[in-house]
Amino acid sequence: MRLEYFEMIDRVAEIDPDARRIVARSTVPGASPVFEGHFPDHPLVPGVLLTETMAQASGYLILALTGYVAMPFLMAVDRARFRDFVGPGTTLEIEARLEHEGSGYMATRASIAVGSRRIADAELRFRTMPFPAGLSERMKDQARRIGLPIEVVA
Amino acid sequence: MSSTFETVAGIISETADIPREKITPESHAIDDLGIDSLAFLDIAFAIDKAFGIKLPLEQWTQEVNEGKTPAEEYFVIRNLVSRIDALVAAKAA
Repeated sequence: MRLEYFEMIDRVAEIDPDARRIVARSTVPGASPVFEGHFPDHPLVPGVLLTETMAQASGYLILALTGYVAMPFLMAVDRARFRDFVGPGTTLEIEARLEHEGSGYMATRASIAVGSRRIADAELRFRTMPFPAGLSERMKDQARRIGLPIEVVA
Repeated sequence: MSSTFETVAGIISETADIPREKITPESHAIDDLGIDSLAFLDIAFAIDKAFGIKLPLEQWTQEVNEGKTPAEEYFVIRNLVSRIDALVAAKAA
């Protein structure tokens, strides 16, 4: 996980096309400029970055299930809850499920756990749009980096 | 008007924060109610969930943009309601 580069997912652990579900893992870095301000001498991952982590897991799930035909852009966050603090060095398990495949949008439900402890959850929606020039290949490179299949799995 | 209209009007009112009394069967979602494309996706999500259907928004938008169909066919509430009823009926058939 590189907070400053918004690389929130380290590795895809599991993807199940039948259940329309992805599980990913990420370890919060031991040090980051983010922690200098959030908060001084009491480093915590901001809730907005936990939301981004759930959004990226959801986005990779959508890309894999749809064969990378369109780019999912986060458009709505509902019922977000941050149930516990996350500090440096913590390994997160992120899960996302596709709840609804709409026309031009997708809805997911995502959560973050540390061990058996649930840390955060939210309902997310994404607008799916044609890839801006060059982004498709960049997203596939990112997907390969985290071990996500490029082939259509749905 | 039908119960479909009442449901749709309620969804639009709640989702787009538009007073319920402003929404009539003759209202144009874009021109009269000022609903933008992002807000319409929120409405589509609520309609999809409420009726168990998938509004073919991408197809409608493409037809309108290509000039094949006037926007009123899809975005005047009375017509939107008719299309929802047709999708529900097709699903049940």
